[in-house]
Amino acid sequence: MITESDIEHIAELADIGISKDEVPEFTTQFNAILDYFEVLDTVVGEGAPAAGITNIFRDDEPRPCLSQEETLANAGSTEDGFIKAPRVM
Amino acid sequence: MAGTLDFSPDDRYNAFITTCRQATFSEGTLAGTAVAVKDNISTARIQTTCGSKILEGYVPPYDAHVVELLRQAGAAIVGKTNMDEFGMGTTTETSAFGPTRNPADPERVPGGSSGGSAAAVAAGLVPMALGTDTGGSIRCPAAFCGIVGLKPTYGRVSRYGLIAYANSLEQIGPMARTVEDVSRLMSVIAKYDPRDSTMLDRPYDHRPSADIKGLRVGIPEEYFGEGVDPRVAESVRDAIGVLEGLGAETVPVSIPGMQHALAAYYVICTSEASSNLARFDGVRYGPAVDTRKTWHEAYQDLRLELFGAEVRRRIMLGTFALSAGYAGRYYAKAQVARRNIKEDFERAFCDADVIAGPTMPTTAFRLGEKSDPLSMYLSDILTVPANLAGIPAISVPCGRVDGLPVGLQIMGRQFEDERVVDAAFAYEQEVRA
Repeated sequence: MITESDIEHIAELADIGISKDEVPEFTTQFNAILDYFEVLDTVVGEGAPAAGITNIFRDDEPRPCLSQEETLANAGSTEDGFIKAPRVM
Repeated sequence: MAGTLDFSPDDRYNAFITTCRQATFSEGTLAGTAVAVKDNISTARIQTTCGSKILEGYVPPYDAHVVELLRQAGAAIVGKTNMDEFGMGTTTETSAFGPTRNPADPERVPGGSSGGSAAAVAAGLVPMALGTDTGGSIRCPAAFCGIVGLKPTYGRVSRYGLIAYANSLEQIGPMARTVEDVSRLMSVIAKYDPRDSTMLDRPYDHRPSADIKGLRVGIPEEYFGEGVDPRVAESVRDAIGVLEGLGAETVPVSIPGMQHALAAYYVICTSEASSNLARFDGVRYGPAVDTRKTWHEAYQDLRLELFGAEVRRRIMLGTFALSAGYAGRYYAKAQVARRNIKEDFERAFCDADVIAGPTMPTTAFRLGEKSDPLSMYLSDILTVPANLAGIPAISVPCGRVDGLPVGLQIMGRQFEDERVVDAAFAYEQEVRA
């Protein structure tokens, strides 16, 4: 059973804003969906074996890419050729 | 032959988010053919929104691989079609740009999430369109609008330039009014691209053949059970009868893992979405974030304002399914269920060459009918198994119930897209004749 404070906590973890009046509705919907997910408790079997599977990396060689101008073209705020972001500290 | 196509459609069904009134084209197999592209596929110099306010005004600096191929083939890209926000829906009602209506009945939804592409094709605004299919998003709207749609084998069409929702499930695929056009468009877009690391070099170059003598068609009991409208099931059984009349034989098959398919699908797609959609922070693209606020405050305020409720619900569900203490119960179990379903299909394909059933359990819903998320999710039950197993699946129109189109779904073995196209073509040719 998920509570309203769980919903607020998950929203915080996911960096998803949630308004106060949405919390009860989200809580009800979450519980209905998680009740349905309980069917997964009856799954029998093993996970895929990791043995024999390896990552395939390409060689670390430069390839054509977007120009700085193209990269910044869609950014909301830029300064001196850099992207401007909210402060972290 | 090269030139410019004037495109000024009467878009009464709200199929398009963006239209290109003067669409240029070059020589090639599709020279001058108007093609619509779902709005989660990047198009250089044409706004690409994913049906979301968070990408309003975003103009990609590059083309997706499939768009490059369309241009090389001479197609005129005439617009970007409406969709459920980030592909998260079965009705096209979660779009930030308003719902698309179903040309077969404007009081009904066109299905989703590629509802704009399906409506544009069904209304005759374009002969063909690209959609994407994560859990049925090509096949559902094809069935609801009465057109043809193919979800290719996972790894057959490059996803480079597709704005990601759930990478392990989604594919770009063709939609059109006829199987032949679906096959033609597939021939254009299914070419190797090393920029999608999940892709295999298995180009599609095929002309549909209606000869299906001896084809073994598997009929899974799970596709005709509880929740499937008996009249839809009857239409589909009649269509299978037509295939038998053409020399196909039917064999019973079983996909017992179906009981876990929908839950596994929603755990996996929301988990992948919670990671993929973290990039929408208002910093690199989309409406600007307020840089005077602190990071988390700015990020949360922006996402509350610009993401719709269904997108936030799925990001939260995925975050929860992956969180410490729950990942074993949800994400890990869903992966096991997925593997079981894949093995069920492999077993079934020992006895059958293709598997047939309804695409959707019902005909198109009324606008606003699926207001509860879980009831909307449940309508995806017959389409998600193909995405979990990575197999090709086509939906072809097979009659109507109360005037609304019904889709026959034909699934095949991995990389046997040609075979499902042939089976659909044989059916279509027979009923059109």
